[in-house]
Amino acid sequence: MRHGKYRFLVGALIVPLALYGVFVLSPYLQAFQLAFTNWNGVDSAPEFTGLDNFGRLWSDPLFLAGLRHNGLMLLVVPLAVIAIALALAAATKGTRVYRVVYFFPQLLSVAIIAVLWQFVYTPNSGLLNGALSAVGLDSWRRSWLAEPDLALWCVMIVLIWSSVGFYVVLFSAAMESVPEDIVEAAAIDGAGPVTVFRRITLPLIWESVQVGWIYLGIAALDGFALVQIMTVGPGGPDNSTEVMGLGLYRTAFAFGKFGYASAMGVAIFFLTLSIAVLLLRVTKRERVELA
Amino acid sequence: MRIKHAVLTLWAALVTLPLLWAFMSSFKTDAEIFDSPWTPPAELRFDNWSRAWDQASIGQYLLNTLIVVGGALALTMLLGALTAYCLARYEFPGNRFIYYLLVAGMLFPVFLALVPLFFVVDNLGLLGTYHGLILVYAAYALPFTVFFLHGFFRSLPGAVAEAAFIDGASHAGVFFKVMLPMARPGMVSVGIFNFLGLWNQYLLPKVLNPDPDHYVLAQGLAELAVSQGYRSDWSGLFAGLVIAILPVLLAYVFFQRQIRAGLTSGALK
Repeated sequence: MRHGKYRFLVGALIVPLALYGVFVLSPYLQAFQLAFTNWNGVDSAPEFTGLDNFGRLWSDPLFLAGLRHNGLMLLVVPLAVIAIALALAAATKGTRVYRVVYFFPQLLSVAIIAVLWQFVYTPNSGLLNGALSAVGLDSWRRSWLAEPDLALWCVMIVLIWSSVGFYVVLFSAAMESVPEDIVEAAAIDGAGPVTVFRRITLPLIWESVQVGWIYLGIAALDGFALVQIMTVGPGGPDNSTEVMGLGLYRTAFAFGKFGYASAMGVAIFFLTLSIAVLLLRVTKRERVELA
Repeated sequence: MRIKHAVLTLWAALVTLPLLWAFMSSFKTDAEIFDSPWTPPAELRFDNWSRAWDQASIGQYLLNTLIVVGGALALTMLLGALTAYCLARYEFPGNRFIYYLLVAGMLFPVFLALVPLFFVVDNLGLLGTYHGLILVYAAYALPFTVFFLHGFFRSLPGAVAEAAFIDGASHAGVFFKVMLPMARPGMVSVGIFNFLGLWNQYLLPKVLNPDPDHYVLAQGLAELAVSQGYRSDWSGLFAGLVIAILPVLLAYVFFQRQIRAGLTSGALK
């Protein structure tokens, strides 16, 4: 069995590790390096500028707008998705067909979702204004993506719309493993459905909910594709839908400020990591073990 | 009970209505779309679909996507399974180090790598090529694939492999003929997970694939929608959108149970 073991291992691992090193590891490491330079992609040797890029970030109105909007998304989207998904998962108990339907948006590319919803929000021929007129709410018609106060909310609704189904399936699968007899015992002791949900179901499925918080928190710090495709500008109107990822993309590939864009990437990385760790901490609970 | 069903139906309507509406609109004329977004078309205009397929290049984008996603998926599964197997079943110096190095790739947002990645791909002359995208896709899908399959290969019994070694099988032979077939359930789950992840890529092709002839579907469709040209052909764009959705819908109809199980088990890992 020992014969040729190392030859096999080297042969098997060299290609995947080379691929990973060249396309994943080296760019990540280079990003930390570039973030301290003012490289514009043309000069042969990037000039070291220390912490200048990070200082600029704090006075860059566009980056701060992106930070604010991602922050708002972080407050709204995970909470909304988890609340809706928990309610629907509890309600779909015994009727699986709904889950099959709810899950479908999860399979669509975020780019396709963005194009679809751009049509939905279109002022004159869109689904939303058409629906409002159809039920006599003509005064509610809006140019949804053209009004600075509404545009970001419209983007968040799309994010919620496309995420809920996945968590309905995740949570309802977890709920099915909650033993019936505990629920029945609680009901006999006089617990109403709300108490049963809060005191029994939720603690027993908490691990899934925790996963949801972290994934959705990370997703809320992105939003690039939806904003880039759906909104005017993109990032408009009046930068009301600017997100950090869009700022990075524009800084790098429209303005050629690759050093500064890398600093944005580093900032996004540390933010994402801190939010993930924070959410992990905040949502930590005593793990409930079923004997 | 009543309220419960009303709520369930309401969300089902919210999910399906935009999709059904896009399907319906793909058969209408531009005038019909503008005048009354809610009424069905006077007749089914399939020429919208053929226009989207040919003139708007949706057919070409679909072909590009199949080549890139197919190639990347095959490469990811082969390399991911091989790596996970070696790390899970062989003792050698550096084993843990390599494993954690690979798995650490899952922690970083792609945005961080974006700028240097662009230049790495550019310097290798791979910008806007099929094989360039395939290599990058596979590299970024590798960490999760290895992480998922590592646990799977660990849990497989060792007796069968030992018997095969005694019978004189080579290391590669044991992997391909004995262990890989036993890992099939895990391969299916992670394969579905990867397929959808790769199929839905937007950020990577947006940056690394600037050649319109090589656009993948999501990218091409978004490009059509964002560019000014679309205002002249709404119905064609609706048709393109529906063509892009249909393959996934069909796959879901046939494999919905496996797909949901594959995706959710991936999340809980």
